[in-house]
Amino acid sequence: MAKQIFWEDVAEGAEITPLLKIATSQMLVRWAGASGDFNPLHYDKTFAEGVGVGQPIVHGALKRQWLVQLMTDWIGDRGWLKRFSCQYRAMDIPRAMRTMADPGDGETWVCKGKVTKKFEENGEHCLDCDIWIENGKGEVTTPGKATVVLPARG
Amino acid sequence: MQAEEIAQLIGKSTGVRIFEVEKGAIRRFADAVGDPNPLFRDDEYARGTPYGGVVAPPGFFGWPLKQPMGAPLVVEFPMALMGPLSQSGYAVATALDGGMEYDFFQPVRPGDTLAESTVVKDLRERAGRAGKMCFIVLETTYLNQHGALVARARATTILRSFSM
Repeated sequence: MAKQIFWEDVAEGAEITPLLKIATSQMLVRWAGASGDFNPLHYDKTFAEGVGVGQPIVHGALKRQWLVQLMTDWIGDRGWLKRFSCQYRAMDIPRAMRTMADPGDGETWVCKGKVTKKFEENGEHCLDCDIWIENGKGEVTTPGKATVVLPARG
Repeated sequence: MQAEEIAQLIGKSTGVRIFEVEKGAIRRFADAVGDPNPLFRDDEYARGTPYGGVVAPPGFFGWPLKQPMGAPLVVEFPMALMGPLSQSGYAVATALDGGMEYDFFQPVRPGDTLAESTVVKDLRERAGRAGKMCFIVLETTYLNQHGALVARARATTILRSFSM
């Protein structure tokens, strides 16, 4: 994995290494199976139309886990994700599959974050971060916050 | 049903469900996220980390052990709430996932059994442009087989009224 980041090396305002994601209909079916959320809203167009959403949308919980990955990638094996939150503010549309292996054209999301506060608490070296998912138009569909504990050089 | 009766649902809790954490289920979860981190799949790698072995990505708690066939793993809200809320004019079938908050205390490891219990933490009705809405916050705690608090989750579900 990426090399370990240390608390001393991070300043308030620092950017978290962005994480790019796409979602295809195939990936959403895989997520349904792995998460246990079999709501047809995420893979059945007729159902999505029937409930007024119009077309299948990306699971909120999958977007949540993209943001969790943003943080676990960045903090490394010696970091700890202590608090995490996100809100599903806008719907995100998956790509249709062009072939069995190739995703069609469509959205690419960027998971991003920024350190808002650096502090010590009960002997732990902590950072508060704003985190969010942006769609291709730069609109934030999924804002959130995270608090992490990083190792200190000591 | 009156607003006061809806408010009485706050504090209602579900029974305890036991979740089993399998190594293969952890890997399939990480695969579905598109997360290649060896900490979630490679024993040899993970032994060299402070965890000493594979762990689950934060947010994965395994699968319920005793679950009737076809029952959902993801319980958007307890069955006990569905009746009262749909009697109050809410479209329970079109519930929206509003967001999630986690506090993580301990890693989740393959072979863990977690006791999951959920309580209705908050329930608010709001008048929206297209009719009334209900915001429900469910708080779930996970304890592991050693009795340690592993995580606390607060999920927000948004219900819209039939008039939409």
